[in-house]
Amino acid sequence: MIIAEAKPNSELLEMVSDCSKVLVVGCKGCVTVCNVGGAKEVGVLAATLKIARRRQGRTIAVDEVTLERQCDPEYVDEIKDRIGDYDAVISIACGVGPQFLSERYPSARVFPGVNTKFMGGAVAHGVWEERCAGCGQCVIHNFGGICPIARCSKSLQNGPCGGSDHGKCEISKDVDCIWDVIVRKMMSQGRLDELLKFRPPKSWTTSRDGGPRKMIREELRI
Amino acid sequence: MDEFTPRIVAFCCSNCAAAAATIADGLQHVLPENVKIIQVPCTGRIEVLHLLKPFEEGADGVYVAGCQEDSCRYTSGISKAARRVAHVQKILEEIAIEPERIAVFNVSAGMGHAFTEIAREMTRKVREIGPIQA
Ligand code: SF4
Ligand code: SF4
Repeated sequence: MIIAEAKPNSELLEMVSDCSKVLVVGCKGCVTVCNVGGAKEVGVLAATLKIARRRQGRTIAVDEVTLERQCDPEYVDEIKDRIGDYDAVISIACGVGPQFLSERYPSARVFPGVNTKFMGGAVAHGVWEERCAGCGQCVIHNFGGICPIARCSKSLQNGPCGGSDHGKCEISKDVDCIWDVIVRKMMSQGRLDELLKFRPPKSWTTSRDGGPRKMIREELRI
Repeated sequence: MDEFTPRIVAFCCSNCAAAAATIADGLQHVLPENVKIIQVPCTGRIEVLHLLKPFEEGADGVYVAGCQEDSCRYTSGISKAARRVAHVQKILEEIAIEPERIAVFNVSAGMGHAFTEIAREMTRKVREIGPIQA
């Protein structure tokens, strides 16, 4: 899923400083699962804004809505009759959400309420790790099912750098050297020699190097 | 000038804090009237939003009274509550409100006196800080 983290409330408060009626829009997708942008967090942000205004001796009306997803136009459409009632909208979906809202509602002032961090998963309650960098051509099968692009600090694909130190990456003692993990995994499967196989350099045109990406599937179009 | 009486909401675990409240009552250690008790089956169920709501509704202080860390009825309820209180403190700081307005206390069922003392202590502290709205 996409992992995000809440923006500091001070920053959000500043964004809406001149507003008296705000709509906080959550999303039931990834950000609900990583506990940053679902109905619960919409409630927490709404309460926080109201408390902050109480402190300032001012009032603010904050309404709450949580859409099925903010990255599909049919759900974004659900607020079409009310969006005009607000001075500002804070979307706490990933970066896609506030953009879909601003595209659909060109006259609305839309603010992003979270910082979108990475694609990953929960390794424990409250702990998320990056797993994929969206390179557009998955090659993890060549590396024991482990992605060196997202998980090696240098995205090396031909073995560890000289900084690998007792299983830890040179950037931090808290970060595993993923090449250490890859080599151990290949050894345990008796397939270490596969890492020696020649592979042509990876094309990054499917990644961000090819510019903004778009995908069309004719069989799904209506 | 009238002395400011802070409005305080206390979330109390029914296994320890609420039992202590009953004892306090028996001992006629009267709870200050400005402290409203919300009894919960386990403090581990109290979420960030529950802790914020009283502030939204006009409270000046909030606290959680639950078990001792090492004798929590449900093992880790009070330590979870403590982490959520810490998170609310961070939220309050970010919106320029004194984080000391929320606190967590550990009590055990027999501590009737301590229970009322906590309520008085919190009242004193929040009175010193003053009302949320200047
Ligand atoms: S190889 Fe590319 S697509 Fe596969 S996990 Fe790594 S970054 Fe993601
Ligand atoms: S120490 Fe390992 S993970 Fe870190 S940059 Fe070098 S090869 Fe990559």
